[in-house]
Amino acid sequence: MRVPLSWISEFTELPKGSKPEQLMADLVKIGLEEEQEHFFEVSGPVVVGKVVEFVDEPQSNGKTIRWCQVDVGESENRGIVCGASNFAEGDKVVVTLPGSVLPGNFAIAARSTYGHTSDGMIASVKELGLGDDHEGILVLSTLGLDPKIGEDAIQLLGLDDSAAEINVTPDRGYCFSIRGVAREYSHATSTKFTDPADIASVSGDGFELKVQDNSPIRGKNGCNRFELVELAGVDASAPTPAWMMSRLKLAGMRSISLVVDITNYVMLETGQPTHAYDLDLLTGGITVRRANKGEKLKTLDGQLRDLHEEDLLITDESGPIGIAGVMGGHSTEVSDKTARVLIEAANFDPVSIARSARRHKLPSEASKRFERGVDPLVANKAIARIAQLLAEYGSAKATGFGASYFPDLEPVEIELPAGFASELVGVDYSVELQKQILQQIGCQVSGEDVIMVEPPSWRPDLRHKTDLVEEIARIDGYHKIASRLPVAPPGSGLTQNQQLRRKLADFLAASGMVETLNYPFLSSQENQIFGKPKPVRLENPIQEDFPEMRTSLMPGLMQAAARNVSRGLVSGNLYEMGSVFWAAPNSESSVAFPDTASRPEQKQLDALDSQIPEQPEMLAGLGFGDRKPMLPGEKSEPIDFKLAIDQVFSVLRVLSLEPNLVNAENPGLHPGRSADVLVGGEKVGFVGELHPDIAASYHLPRVSLFELNLRKLLAMVEPVAASAVYTFPAATQDLSLVVDQSLEAETLRQTLIQGAGELLENIRTVDVYQGKGIPDGKKSVTFSMIYRAPDRTLTQEEASESRNSAVALATSNHGAELRGV
Amino acid sequence: MSEINPDKIAQLIAEAEKLINSAQDIDQLKSLRSKIVGDDSEITNLNASIKNLPNEQKAEAGKLVGQAKAKISNSYSEVEQRLAAEQKNLQLKNESVDMSAYANLSQQGARHPLSLMMEQVSDAFVGMGWEIAEGPELESEWFNFDALNFDQDHPARAMQDTFFVSPLDAKLVLRTHTSPVQVRSMLERDIPIYVLCPGRVFRTDELDSTHTPVFHQVEGLAIDKGLTMADLKGTLEHFARKMFGDEAEIRLRPSYFPFTEPSAELDVWHPQAKGGPRWVEWGGCGMVNPNVLKASGIDPEQYSGFAFGMGIERTLMFRNGVLDMRDMVEGDMRFARQFGVRV
Repeated sequence: MRVPLSWISEFTELPKGSKPEQLMADLVKIGLEEEQEHFFEVSGPVVVGKVVEFVDEPQSNGKTIRWCQVDVGESENRGIVCGASNFAEGDKVVVTLPGSVLPGNFAIAARSTYGHTSDGMIASVKELGLGDDHEGILVLSTLGLDPKIGEDAIQLLGLDDSAAEINVTPDRGYCFSIRGVAREYSHATSTKFTDPADIASVSGDGFELKVQDNSPIRGKNGCNRFELVELAGVDASAPTPAWMMSRLKLAGMRSISLVVDITNYVMLETGQPTHAYDLDLLTGGITVRRANKGEKLKTLDGQLRDLHEEDLLITDESGPIGIAGVMGGHSTEVSDKTARVLIEAANFDPVSIARSARRHKLPSEASKRFERGVDPLVANKAIARIAQLLAEYGSAKATGFGASYFPDLEPVEIELPAGFASELVGVDYSVELQKQILQQIGCQVSGEDVIMVEPPSWRPDLRHKTDLVEEIARIDGYHKIASRLPVAPPGSGLTQNQQLRRKLADFLAASGMVETLNYPFLSSQENQIFGKPKPVRLENPIQEDFPEMRTSLMPGLMQAAARNVSRGLVSGNLYEMGSVFWAAPNSESSVAFPDTASRPEQKQLDALDSQIPEQPEMLAGLGFGDRKPMLPGEKSEPIDFKLAIDQVFSVLRVLSLEPNLVNAENPGLHPGRSADVLVGGEKVGFVGELHPDIAASYHLPRVSLFELNLRKLLAMVEPVAASAVYTFPAATQDLSLVVDQSLEAETLRQTLIQGAGELLENIRTVDVYQGKGIPDGKKSVTFSMIYRAPDRTLTQEEASESRNSAVALATSNHGAELRGV
Repeated sequence: MSEINPDKIAQLIAEAEKLINSAQDIDQLKSLRSKIVGDDSEITNLNASIKNLPNEQKAEAGKLVGQAKAKISNSYSEVEQRLAAEQKNLQLKNESVDMSAYANLSQQGARHPLSLMMEQVSDAFVGMGWEIAEGPELESEWFNFDALNFDQDHPARAMQDTFFVSPLDAKLVLRTHTSPVQVRSMLERDIPIYVLCPGRVFRTDELDSTHTPVFHQVEGLAIDKGLTMADLKGTLEHFARKMFGDEAEIRLRPSYFPFTEPSAELDVWHPQAKGGPRWVEWGGCGMVNPNVLKASGIDPEQYSGFAFGMGIERTLMFRNGVLDMRDMVEGDMRFARQFGVRV
């Protein structure tokens, strides 16, 4: 809401020479947050001048300019070149003299043009920042003005006014009016407040009106009040007065015509949206009703709109003539020729209006106010104000013809126990103070131990005692609230999972990986790279190309890697810990929402949860470029799958989990460099290299990667049962076995572990060899084994015995042959 | 005159020492060892010849030879030690490198500062006995809106710039705040409740230098008997000082949120702000709206509570001087590396 200072000071007392900044500083104290200041940005000598005479001078470029002699109240006339031709000799105009500055930092100076020295400029409405009209220069008589020559035009046109823009929270609809803001200002500064609605009502009767809501939304009638009043004898072509134009402009509205400007002006002043019909264009009486299926309406903006059965309509015998509270119809619009105006001031159900405005994407000034609640008592006051202004500037007269629909309002009374506000805020509020504040904001109050409060008609947000507490606290001042640190009961600290996640994150960072937090929005192609859990789709993605929620962390890391590479960071190691999103079987069905008046039943909550997509937390890592950089005397070492295996093993080992790798193709990975990661036989993720084609499409070099289901891993973590660290000397043996090429080294290793028995402390795969000396289709796998006994120095014989039984099992399980050493 | 006389011995010692000193390095010395003190040496030969002497000369000769042998051995050891040390020194010298030429880190790892800040905030509250609560990022509208007193038609619901999941009938959204975790906490935990909910949230803002559609929040919730706005203020003040130093102050301004009543905007006095100390908008807070308590089965006549929330990105921006929101979302390694493991 933009508040012109000249306007608000009609109803409250602003200190002389106030600036928007000061107004905003006062309003923020009671909860109206500042947005920005608005000015006309016109300064310097801008005066009223009279065109004494001019000569039309055709130019070689086809234009005709006027060389004017203008009297600006000085001893001599000024010569001014003007491109417009919409004025006559004797007309009074606005002259911007050298030294003045117009909007857009347009400095005026005497300048040579078209063979003359132009000693200033004759300004248009647009050049002055007062409106959009750039048809010609502003002839002051068209605004009904006949000022003195040489008079300051800035003041004359209200260009010295300024406005404060404030943010109005959704509960304070009444502050979408000068009336509401002036009231709040008086609360903030203890100045007096004059209610602009404190005037005699104007109403009418005799016009045929029916209000009939056959399908109320959520049990509420769409229309709570509907007032119609005829204003006859209107001179609709009369100009809007300059002061109104400048206030509308500062308030952010365009000047359109006298009638429309006045209805807008009164809306801004009182908060009551109104609509003006050309009464002669109406067909019969008016009916307020819901739309019928298939009905259409051409709205004021010229758009033909399909109406919805929930839309509340204003209709006459010809059909719809407006969407209630949102926008009027084209067919009954007022024009310059309108002589009889029918003013509508109504009160509509906020929900009905909000839905229509959203449905038709028409967040109008009217709907904005109705959605938040309009004072139901102000309708006839607004009409009275319109009648007053239209009489003064458009010679209209209220005829008493019109109609009124105004069923009784439901009374509202709130019980406020005298001690409640103090209990909730922690400030000792006396009963007197509470009552005084509540009265100040317009409530009727009575009672002592329990204060009975009837909130004012413009405050539909006050319905519960805590609402009143906020009013008391904010008017008295939040700064009066003391500080007290509450003592929470002893907590149990971070949960095990929270601790482990942190430790893992720190561990990965310490091992040279950089944590990233990537957007979870992906294209469906990207989501399909790494397999096909059913994705979740967004209805309104930020970018149409990325409408899905990630089912894997990998693509996000690839994008981040590509960004780094494109910025010249050609080697890197990234990781992310975060949720992925897998649609649940019933994620697309609708679930009945429990009522919020009390705790829902457990089965209702379970139903809600069952519909929510699975969101397991994953841990993924990605490496690109060099694993080891080039150093003096050393070559660089490029990244490959081995890095990812190292990373996976580190992660699992620090969680004291024992991982296995099984060669397996995974979508998106290099088919020959891809493995499943298993813990206790269960797949917990994959590891390998990105498929080179996909890497190339991201402009990435060879990429190592892994993704682990962190949720699964954390669930597997158990307290560590430590075994003793044996200190007797170990025996070390190497062993080479020749096996089928297709046999996985890891399978063979597991067999050896099984065959070797308890003395085997550690076994590592150290070499895989194919070639000379090994038959085709076979390979030699070499292991390094450490044997140790818990209670004695192991003899070489014991170690050999253990080794032999390992080999024997490998031979019987896999046909392994011992390779001659 | 026996062969074994002092002159002969002295000559023999001199010859041995000459040989010892002729060695250029330890290996050469070792190769000469048998000639000097070993089987091939004069002294060993002389020693062997003692047995041929007449008995009365044996003692005197044995003494002379013994002394000579000791002297030669000593000389040998001395030189051996010296040469060994020289060789060791040479080896170390040969191994020396210009270490400064290697003074670069191949891959510096780092945490993301947003994660670090959420951990820091969490620790501040865990230190007060609070617990950290978590919940899903993709939520039912019931938890994100309905249970938080957002009426389905209230403008506040539209104000949230929500990401909706297809189809709309499913009424699933990307959570617009971490408040649904508060609802879940109230439904799942016993009173008194003191929980902090850090996490990722979503609003349909385009990415630019000050906005991002995906950002992080931390929200706190306390439900207990007799909590007032003074408790809220005290908690926030304590928190502000943990984050911005002992000189930090806070200020509340009236505002509106559907889930709190009374509601307030929270400003913090930032003593170390760039360009001098100033008030900075930091978050929102208030006393939990009775409708919210009721939806979670908590009797508002018996219990009261307060809640607050602030953006982590914003906090990082004004606390650590991050100028552009994009730095926090693009995953450029240079950004996180500035922070390492601390923020």
